[in-house]
Amino acid sequence: MENSLNQYLELIQGNLATIDANAPEALDALRPEAVEALRRFGRLPRRGDEGFPNASPEEMFAPDYGLNITRRPIPADVAASFRCDVPNISTLTAIVVGDSFHPTATLLKNLPEGIEVMSLARAAKEHPTLVSQYLNKLAANSSAPVALNTALLQDGVFIRAARGARLDKAIQIVNIFNTPVAMMAVRRVLIVAEEDSALRVLLCDHSQRADVDYLSSQVVEIFAGKDASVELYDIEESSARTRRLSSVFVRQDSGASFFSTGCALCGGDSIASSRIDLEGAGASASLGALVIASGSRHIDNSVLLTHAAPHCTSRQLFKYALFDDSRGAFGGKVVVRPGAVRTDAAQTNRNLLVGEHSTMHSDPQLEIYCDDVKASHGATTGQLDARALFYMRSRGIPEDEARRMLVQAFMMDVADSIRLDALRDRMRLLVEKRLGGDASASCADCAACK
Amino acid sequence: MAEKENTPPINGEYKYGFTSDIPTDYIPHGLSEEVVRMISEKKGEPQWLLDFRLEAYRYWKTLEMPRWAHLDIPPIDYQDIIYYAAPKQKKAPGSLDEVDPALLDTFNRLGIPLEEQKALSGMAVDAVMDSVSVKTTHREKLAELGIIFCSFSEAVKQYPDLVRKYLGKVVSYRDNFFAALNSAVFSDGSFVYIPKGVRCPMELSTYFRINASGTGQFERTLIVADDDAYVSYLEGCTAPMRDENQLHAAIVEIIVEERAEVKYSTVQNWYAGDAEGRGGVYNFVTKRGLCRGDYSKLYWTQVETGSAITWKYPSCILKGEGSVGEFYSVAVTNNRQQADTGTKMIHIGRNSRSTIVSKGISAGHSQNSYRGLVKVAPGADGVRNYTQCDSLLLSDTCGAHTFPYIDVQNPSAIVEHEATTSKISEDQIFYCNQRGIPTEEAVGLIVNGYAKEVMNKLPMEFAVEAQKLLSITLENSVG
Repeated sequence: MENSLNQYLELIQGNLATIDANAPEALDALRPEAVEALRRFGRLPRRGDEGFPNASPEEMFAPDYGLNITRRPIPADVAASFRCDVPNISTLTAIVVGDSFHPTATLLKNLPEGIEVMSLARAAKEHPTLVSQYLNKLAANSSAPVALNTALLQDGVFIRAARGARLDKAIQIVNIFNTPVAMMAVRRVLIVAEEDSALRVLLCDHSQRADVDYLSSQVVEIFAGKDASVELYDIEESSARTRRLSSVFVRQDSGASFFSTGCALCGGDSIASSRIDLEGAGASASLGALVIASGSRHIDNSVLLTHAAPHCTSRQLFKYALFDDSRGAFGGKVVVRPGAVRTDAAQTNRNLLVGEHSTMHSDPQLEIYCDDVKASHGATTGQLDARALFYMRSRGIPEDEARRMLVQAFMMDVADSIRLDALRDRMRLLVEKRLGGDASASCADCAACK
Repeated sequence: MAEKENTPPINGEYKYGFTSDIPTDYIPHGLSEEVVRMISEKKGEPQWLLDFRLEAYRYWKTLEMPRWAHLDIPPIDYQDIIYYAAPKQKKAPGSLDEVDPALLDTFNRLGIPLEEQKALSGMAVDAVMDSVSVKTTHREKLAELGIIFCSFSEAVKQYPDLVRKYLGKVVSYRDNFFAALNSAVFSDGSFVYIPKGVRCPMELSTYFRINASGTGQFERTLIVADDDAYVSYLEGCTAPMRDENQLHAAIVEIIVEERAEVKYSTVQNWYAGDAEGRGGVYNFVTKRGLCRGDYSKLYWTQVETGSAITWKYPSCILKGEGSVGEFYSVAVTNNRQQADTGTKMIHIGRNSRSTIVSKGISAGHSQNSYRGLVKVAPGADGVRNYTQCDSLLLSDTCGAHTFPYIDVQNPSAIVEHEATTSKISEDQIFYCNQRGIPTEEAVGLIVNGYAKEVMNKLPMEFAVEAQKLLSITLENSVG
């Protein structure tokens, strides 16, 4: 059987000196253990493995992608690549071209005291203790794709909010692919929100060429200290040939809150996994995702949320609208550890099968080892209500339009939960446009695009 | 709740704990091709059945024990099990008088007086002790309608064509580890055939008991309901108390033809081990029904209170158009019991429907999991499924888990799943206390109310037994 992991192991073995020379020592130090872990895993997960009913990391990693291990600068016209994806939003922006970090002038100028956004390479020099204290501590080679990310890691993004620092504006990390040849990007984000700090991070994925294969391997690690608040928005607006495998790890201390919304609008096959550890009493986590898939796209989301301390709250809302031959999968597990009393956990997965050959695989799980809990999950898979459609048609709304309106209404509660006003408006618009058949979902109503 | 710490956990005594000294016919320990041949020979089986067993045995040898269930199963030495034990009887008894009085006494102590049941309850009881069917009642009455209800070995002798036609058609010996093991060494079980258009006038009932020490029991049940037929089948289990673990790997196959209807109800109360988790039955069962005909219906109802480890997923393959599968389950685990149970609804036929209602109750240090699959095949238009699984936790050291898999490959399907986990609310207990109901009774009341939706689906006679079981299990308990 094919084993695409071998080509990466060979690449690392053959070019270890080059990879190490072009990365800070703190990252190089993680490599041997990651390679060792990869050898133990032996292969990447395949379709049909537990948790991978549709998408297959093995297939995703199989093509021969270019890897920028010598860290050659890839020219990117930042203004052209990122025009106005979210109009009227005022963010502090940094661009990641492939996997190289480029801060914008506004970012550097406007960062308030206590907030730092920089490349992981620079952070390794400036904050060696922080980096060694946090980097790869949550991800910890826990799966073959994550270990591969660590084994190939040369740079990334480091965001830190010092104790008490609060930033209202969102920090936006724009991930861009623009090379004319097939590329793989090893993306890594480390977010450290110290006690009583607040951060909002917006990650968005773009591909400037629709005719080239790209693969994004992304690992995000988030540490939310006592009473810290972290919001994470993750928006996929790439091309059908951009595949993406993303793993988010979050650890929350007491009273910390984590809020995240993922929006998969356009792009290729995507596998997103999150592991949330509610380690401190009174922590809360809210996860949402909005998936609109068409063509033969595969979108998998999985969540492992652990209540390890008392009085924690978690909410999950995952909604899928699957068109054409697209396939969706949702795997969500909530674990309540012994002693995590007064847990309040709710998980909801709602799926609309619109396309004639669309399929959905839903796997919501509860694992509870404590009696004083309130835990529930619900999953539904179905189609648009025929009566609602009839009602609208009987009032003169054409069927296509009625369908679009109903799907839009179905999706809206995830978009509405977004706490950044400008982004919320933008997502509403994008969903509307996306459902209107505009695959690119670019906005034409803002000055910059005209 | 303040009283909680001072009150012992649920530990209703196992009231069926005794063994009876009936001479038993053993074959040596262990499993080999020789043993399989010996079992087949002892039972005087035809060559095709021996071949079936041998094929299954050879396949089993290539398998490893599955590890995916949420269970902590101690290693099982398959060579340390006696695969065949039959109560020594020279010939099949013609009447009750010919049956060993000690055996009859065992049944009496179990509360299953055969003669009484024959005379009063109007039920046909095919009592299986260890592995060989001892006595079947009401057979004559059923025979008039063309209904076959007999032990599996008898069916092999008398209706070989029917058995050969249906055996292994729903659960192939290649299905899983325990199915392969059962197919190789199955000892006995029941065979039911309801001919076309016949409504079985009484509830058919079988009692399985594991009696001889150290013998695994490997029953095989085959139920066939031909077109427009109806049958309600009950299976009840009690086992004597014993220290060593006993393996039980049964197969139940049900085939439901056009417009036919089968109700299969189980109350399972095998020895669950003592409070420290010593002893108890390992119950690894493959139960599956095939709704082959259009508009066929299959209902599974189970009340699971026993066994140290339960690994059981009564399933429906809904192949016929408009076929219906329903699954109602109450699973109670206590002390160190572990249960991983649920159902699979595989929708292949158009407009097939399924309902799943699962109620888990965990207490003590037990682990109780619901594991289910709802699968909608690409060609199955208009499928409807509703799943509800609730868990009730009665101690802070037990676990309740839900693992539902939902795989929808046809966009016209409507599939709903809901699960909740909670403990008995203090308000409910307080309300009862306030009205003079002691906490313990209140818990029983609330739990019985919680399980009522499933209990209501049981046939009358069974519901009484099941309720009794629940209250025994809940003795000395507090939420």
